[in-house]
Amino acid sequence: MSTYRRTTTALLLASSVLALLMGCSDGKRHWNGKDISGVMPDLAFTLRDVDGQTVQPDDTAGQVRVLFFGYTSCPDVCPTTLAYLHKVIEKMPADTRDDITALFVSVDPRRDTPERLGRYVAHFDSHIVGLTGPEDALRELAKRYRTTFGYGDPDSDGNYAVSHSSAIYVFDGKGRIRLLLKQDMPQQQAADDLAQLVRQDLS
Amino acid sequence: MPWFEYLLPYDFSPLTVAAYLGALVLYGRALPRLPKTERPDAWRISAFVLGLVACYTVMQTRFDYYAQYTFFIHRGQHLILHHIGPFLIALSNPLPVLRYWLQRLPRTARRLGAPLGWIYRLLQQPAVAAVLFVGLIYFWLWPPVHFDAMLNRQLYWTMNWSMLLDGLLFWWLMLDPRPPVRGQTLGHGQRILILALVALPQLVLGAVIVFAHESLYDIYDVCGRAWPIAPRTDQLLGGLLTWIPPAMMSIVGILLMLRRIMNDGRQYRQANGGIAS
Repeated sequence: MSTYRRTTTALLLASSVLALLMGCSDGKRHWNGKDISGVMPDLAFTLRDVDGQTVQPDDTAGQVRVLFFGYTSCPDVCPTTLAYLHKVIEKMPADTRDDITALFVSVDPRRDTPERLGRYVAHFDSHIVGLTGPEDALRELAKRYRTTFGYGDPDSDGNYAVSHSSAIYVFDGKGRIRLLLKQDMPQQQAADDLAQLVRQDLS
Repeated sequence: MPWFEYLLPYDFSPLTVAAYLGALVLYGRALPRLPKTERPDAWRISAFVLGLVACYTVMQTRFDYYAQYTFFIHRGQHLILHHIGPFLIALSNPLPVLRYWLQRLPRTARRLGAPLGWIYRLLQQPAVAAVLFVGLIYFWLWPPVHFDAMLNRQLYWTMNWSMLLDGLLFWWLMLDPRPPVRGQTLGHGQRILILALVALPQLVLGAVIVFAHESLYDIYDVCGRAWPIAPRTDQLLGGLLTWIPPAMMSIVGILLMLRRIMNDGRQYRQANGGIAS
């Protein structure tokens, strides 16, 4: 077991030295997620948070932003994504965690009042911010990142399904699009990517 | 949403609108100026306009929105862009109009355009045309490529335009009305062979998508669907649209060629002393 640990430590050291060297020469970095730098426009939106305050990307400038869409009545995808992100943030090195802001954008503003959204998001992680806004603003944001959402027919109780993106978009501190993460990616790999991005921003 | 917004483009592309408008204007301006013998009849004009309008509709109206976020509507879009639209345009035989404008091109422009002619002749080699026609369908439906094409706006436009242009080239090669005896165009037998050959790989691909157990194109999960349709249903319908209508287009093409062969035979017999048929 000790040999195993020694080998791992050596490997880790070697790879961090390598990463450092690569960082200095600004060579091509390895990402576990899909590198979509330059494929989409910079982060831009005007939405409101769970206190009803207007929020723009500049409010969190310098932070690595993680953007994803959902709604609080969501039966499967959204709670999974939120729980997934919570785990990912937990797996990041402690000194990088506070440089992450996850933006959970509800695309169901009719049902998701600020209070409801606030209660929902608070369940998961303090790094996750709930946002929503008028449907026009949400449509514009979705289109900007080549995604969409749609509403199903309401049942007798007035409940309806909402189709939305399951992607996790990652932006760097300057608001430039960097990565696309999918939830089937191991949490540690996503954590490594986010930590690497935070370190890159700080350096 | 007010009704007229459905007619507006979801993702406005000035170049695309200009290209369609240009084609329509050039066609309309040439028509009254053509000699009577060359002027297409109402059927041919309708086929041309219908083909053009169909392609425009799937590229620059709300249809494009649904095509970007629903797999089976995307397949419908490519069915129009690669098969039905170009088929109608080729069937309308726009050759007199093309000739009219070509004659009016300045000599320098014609000389500069010569490399385009070489590329055209290379692409219209039967083997090249057939491989390109099927190859493009396979290429854009290759899951990693499809993922990127739907995510990257530039690539998305490249995909749709490449389908349209290749469709025009292929169906023109198949439906060119100039008689093959003069050696300019492909023989009717050869055309039937190509039409049957390109149908086969499309049948296979369609069946593979229809019967796939797993989700082949997760981009529609990643980017969200236009409405909450079950992914399985979406993929199944898309597979059917890849499978059946394209094969039917090949059959329609083959029937048209068979009719031409029969007509040629009848004319030949009449010309050779009227042997009773």
